[in-house]
Amino acid sequence: MQYKDYYKIMGVERDATQDDIKRAYRKLARKYHPDVSKEADCEAKFKDVNEAYSVLRDAEKRAAYDQLGSDWKSGQDFRPPPDWDSGFEHRGGGFERSGGGFGAGDAADFSDFFESLFGRDFSRAGPARGGHAGGGFQAAGEDHHARVTIDLEDAYRGATRGITLQAPEVDDAGRVTTRSRTLNVRIPKGVRQGQRIRLAGQGSPGFGGGPAGDLYLEIDFRPHSAYRVEGRDVYLDLPLAPWEAALGASVKVPTPAGPVDLKVPAGTQGGRKLRLKGRGIPGNPPGDLYVVADITLPPADTDEAKALYRQMESELSYNPRKKLGV
Amino acid sequence: MAQDVLRGTLLDDRDELSVDEVCRVCSVSTDWVIELVDEGVLDPIGNERSRWRFRAECLGTVRAARRLQRDLDVNLAGVALALDLLQEIHDLRLRLGRYEDPDRN
Repeated sequence: MQYKDYYKIMGVERDATQDDIKRAYRKLARKYHPDVSKEADCEAKFKDVNEAYSVLRDAEKRAAYDQLGSDWKSGQDFRPPPDWDSGFEHRGGGFERSGGGFGAGDAADFSDFFESLFGRDFSRAGPARGGHAGGGFQAAGEDHHARVTIDLEDAYRGATRGITLQAPEVDDAGRVTTRSRTLNVRIPKGVRQGQRIRLAGQGSPGFGGGPAGDLYLEIDFRPHSAYRVEGRDVYLDLPLAPWEAALGASVKVPTPAGPVDLKVPAGTQGGRKLRLKGRGIPGNPPGDLYVVADITLPPADTDEAKALYRQMESELSYNPRKKLGV
Repeated sequence: MAQDVLRGTLLDDRDELSVDEVCRVCSVSTDWVIELVDEGVLDPIGNERSRWRFRAECLGTVRAARRLQRDLDVNLAGVALALDLLQEIHDLRLRLGRYEDPDRN
């Protein structure tokens, strides 16, 4: 496993005060929080920052970590020395994330490096709901959440996706292990960005005969090189030659469901939106596909092309800046 | 090994959830959901608290609110402000996308 330099992750010196560490954490948490940040890898960075802070904010853990010495480099192959933490009380788990409790899914995200030093503690991950039935304790399992990334085309046609989930599990000996399982899930036609699919009974198992929790999958569209999506509507910038826009033309237009023919009206200016009704994401009602005219200039890189532009200049008497009064 | 394909229920704009359902799905307390309503983060359907219904799309809001409060240690007024600003940024980015030509960057 690889050594993690928690001070480097937090951007503080090894002799930083607890106040320095707290301030650094606040800044980094805002910078990399997945709900706020648009930085690449923000989720991974946010996890690293939380892991580093959970160690450095705790005097015992920080002292134990410091004891490993300062010669280690980030990413260096690491094995904890035997009895490295003797004399410290944290052994065998018991850690807490800043600002309150977190579910089992979050805890499973801490690195192998962290776990090799401080172990795991899933005591906080209990049943989310429950009740007593027939005198015995019975509780429903926790609901789980995951995100599934699909292509826009999948929303038009529907798709099947294999989703691998990791969940902590306590074995017969009371040890916590991570169990991964793969589910094949049908993504129905007509899904939108941010919509959720509920898979009943696919969350945590219940206790004492209680029902299992549900799994909620949030739909996330992979950014597309040609299309933009707003709700059920889809936008496409369509390059047009000046004569197609000026004289009108029938042109082939790609859509996520396959190419269609579009009649471009004469006199189409750049930026004009042409609506293809019902060609957006399917549904009841379906969305629309908006084709936005993008008039492109043929290059004037030959004598013939230059001559044609000169001819337009002399014969059209066109002033594109007329509205500006010049 | 061939595995069955699971078919779930797609939560639609028209789907409504009770307070209890929102609490269970998002692992939050009823009191906390009431605070979110008082802060204007959630807009329930119905006047009587015991009969409140919430649109399914609120699940994302509730979970984001919980994460922001937990991870950034902000109070609910701060969470509400952050969510409003994030929504505005999201809308502006969508509008910006209409004017940005990836070929020119």
